[in-house]
Amino acid sequence: MIKIEHMSKSYGPYPAVIDISFEVLRGEIVGFLGPNGAGKTTTMRVITGFTPPTEGVVTVSGYDVVSHSLDVRRHIGYLPETVPLYLDMTVTDYLKYMGEIRGMNSSWVKERLPLVIDMVKLGEYRNTLVGRLSKGYRQRTGIAQAILHEPDVLIMDEPTIGIDPIQVVETRELISDLGREHTLLLSSHILPEVSAICSRVLVINDGRIVADDDPDALSEKLQHAERIEVSVRGVDAPAFISAMREIPVVIDARTDHRASVVQRAERENFSPFIVDARPNANAAELVAKSVIDNGWGLSNLTPLPMTLEEIFLELTTEENLGE
Amino acid sequence: MRFIIVIAAKEIRTYFSSPMAYVVSAAFLGITGFFFVASVSDAFAEASIRGYLAGAVFFMIFMSPALTMRLIAEEQKLGTLELLLTSPIREFEIVLGKFIAAFVMTAIMIGLSLYFILVLFVYGDPDIGPLLSGFLGLGLYAGTTLAVGLFASALSSNQIVGLVVGSGILTALTIIDFVSARLTGLASQILDGFQLGASFSVFDLDSFGVAQGGHFADFAKGIVSVSDIAYYVSLTAVFLLLTVLVLEARRWR
Repeated sequence: MIKIEHMSKSYGPYPAVIDISFEVLRGEIVGFLGPNGAGKTTTMRVITGFTPPTEGVVTVSGYDVVSHSLDVRRHIGYLPETVPLYLDMTVTDYLKYMGEIRGMNSSWVKERLPLVIDMVKLGEYRNTLVGRLSKGYRQRTGIAQAILHEPDVLIMDEPTIGIDPIQVVETRELISDLGREHTLLLSSHILPEVSAICSRVLVINDGRIVADDDPDALSEKLQHAERIEVSVRGVDAPAFISAMREIPVVIDARTDHRASVVQRAERENFSPFIVDARPNANAAELVAKSVIDNGWGLSNLTPLPMTLEEIFLELTTEENLGE
Repeated sequence: MRFIIVIAAKEIRTYFSSPMAYVVSAAFLGITGFFFVASVSDAFAEASIRGYLAGAVFFMIFMSPALTMRLIAEEQKLGTLELLLTSPIREFEIVLGKFIAAFVMTAIMIGLSLYFILVLFVYGDPDIGPLLSGFLGLGLYAGTTLAVGLFASALSSNQIVGLVVGSGILTALTIIDFVSARLTGLASQILDGFQLGASFSVFDLDSFGVAQGGHFADFAKGIVSVSDIAYYVSLTAVFLLLTVLVLEARRWR
């Protein structure tokens, strides 16, 4: 439904997004995760046809966002980060107007409006001025305008930012429900939120996509592991693995089966292993000490680059939903 | 076309639900009423709307931008511009819809002042020609000032900036003859050609005048000339086009 190929976007000389490519399939709920300023909003603005990409091709439902911008905009429901509301209109009037500027005719609006108001549970506020609504209800009104015209693709930029904890939970439930009927791309800087809602997570940092995985695998990678490659001479695998597992900070150890590594290991006569350990616990030091204490030959020990972890430090990993 | 009407209808509704339209209309009626009365209350005074027109064109320099300052600036401030620009609407439809809304409000405002004419017919015997040409000119003039105001409103998310810039451009076009009077030859002629029409001589109790060399003078006298119509229509078109360009440029920022 959304296809991005080698897209870059710069504001003057400042690159906001650099050569990203990804695809969102029909019915997927994809979370776009990254710290503030990583390029999430920019990417979403390109997808929605608000701003053209500097380079690359972006299509939505098969329409190019530059040459067929109007077609793209017809197929998209968009909730920007600052919920765009006319404060002096009632909820019903606002939604009617939003439907009209999306090209809905009045009988379609009449048919959809009660359904949507029901879906976002705004029934008792339908005649309230938008300016009088609490933040959570404004958010719902914003979501309502995004889904009113039954778009193929739903884009939501930080949909739970700045609303109170109880409403956050309700809003997430609402979004999960929407995900059953729509293709959905939502951005967030909160990992647990993305894990709760999405079936797939794209991590973006400094304008580049650095991970694309399902949320469980990603959480596992990010939260619980520091990966170390170890090459050891004169040891058999079971002995090494059990020795490693005795180190308290080590989560798991296993033989490295990657072809390139295995070839070199055979040539140079050592055994390659991968050790996953809890982060920030001096695991590499403890691994080296254990190898030497056991009288084995340590020929290589490499902690893998920690880009994901570094990004993750900037993300909100835990959240406090109140009492 | 449908989108233009949808946007215009929404903006007109908003005008009636906010105090701005009422305040501006009241000020317009009060000020033009004053100039009208002052110009016809002398003994042997001419039964015309010259005073009314001079007051209207002068104060529209400030009132039109006051009517339009909200139209685009507030969309930027609320973030709703992002919604408009990601809806299947073209920029010119947004701009035209808003322009039409402001024009309708101004037409209503002018309509409310039509009882001045009734007064003239009851107590005097006015020439019909200058009345018709005067209101035609006033409509064209209002369109131009609103287009300038709309353009100014698109420049930032601050309404006050819209008001000041809009009034500033209109004032510059009004006092352009102060500059042209100090020049000679072609430069002076070209600048004179841009004279918007209002004049500070509106405050002169003997004449209640509009700018003599400006494009409004003939309308006030009952003369309708193609060049004057072309001036107002093209200036309106240019500023509406500039507004569209400013909105399109937003996308690239």
